[in-house]
Amino acid sequence: MAQECMAGEQVVYAKNRLVTDNVMHYCPGCSHGTIHKIIGEVITELGLEDNCIGVSPVGCSVLAYNYLDIDWAESAHGRACAVATGIKRVYPDKMVFTYQGDGDLAAIGTGETIHACNRGENITVIYVNNAIYGMTGGQMSPTTLTGMVTATSPRGRDVNLHGYPYKIGDMVAMLDGVCYVTRQAVNSPANVRKAKKAVRTAFENSMNRKGLSLVEFVATCSSGWKLSPVDANRWMEENLIPAYPLGDIKNV
Amino acid sequence: MAAVKGRVVVDIERCKGCAVCVAACPFDVLAMAREVNGKGYHFSFMARPENCTGCASCALVCPDSCITVFRQLKKQEA
Repeated sequence: MAQECMAGEQVVYAKNRLVTDNVMHYCPGCSHGTIHKIIGEVITELGLEDNCIGVSPVGCSVLAYNYLDIDWAESAHGRACAVATGIKRVYPDKMVFTYQGDGDLAAIGTGETIHACNRGENITVIYVNNAIYGMTGGQMSPTTLTGMVTATSPRGRDVNLHGYPYKIGDMVAMLDGVCYVTRQAVNSPANVRKAKKAVRTAFENSMNRKGLSLVEFVATCSSGWKLSPVDANRWMEENLIPAYPLGDIKNV
Repeated sequence: MAAVKGRVVVDIERCKGCAVCVAACPFDVLAMAREVNGKGYHFSFMARPENCTGCASCALVCPDSCITVFRQLKKQEA
């Protein structure tokens, strides 16, 4: 719905034109919507609308191609980095990025992700970590916090039984093929601005063939966490961000 | 009365009533309506329009891109 600007006014902020008019299927307050919007804005600013290919995963964001008006490919569960590798090698001048959640990237697709990072493919990986399997109903994921209650860990995650939370960002930062690893959040206006800058850096790196860039988003899942969207943001600030601290992990 | 005058327009049919914009507004402008939209969500609206400066904090955090922000031009610009 286009809004009319009245006399003596200027538009400060409007919906990005790459964000389609389809109503997103995400739950109210889901971080995915904000991250989609950031990606759309950065692609518009860099003028890459006709020159980028996204690879969507399996998970809540499986329908990302309905919401951003760019070229997309759909990959098998966890294989987004492998699909993106193929696309980037066939079209080296295109900006290729994957958009994956923690179930896709950190669970079933860990192997593909680590090897793409190690090969230093010139792609960008957008990794949305909400510490839970959101799409299937809030089960424990590899990144679930120690002691966190989920549908499959009703007494909290026990490290003796389930292991420790998986810090993908810190792990891939050690690989030589990776040029940029950062961890961001979209819970406040200031963090949205920082996240946008990070996505821009990552997209520029992949166009400049510097290696693989990974932007990890610490995100909310209000339905999976059984909280209201505002309480989910607060819970994330109090629990998730101390475990997954924000900021650049690697920038070369 | 704010020094810089702004105005936001919420696409109420797109709004899902998450209230993230209400929490993000530094001047307490937005609130959730008592009425609901076609999907049954309480949408966000300008409860105190006089406080709005057009800072766009609400629009930045809106996951569904429903907020458009306008700001009045200064006298010499207009």
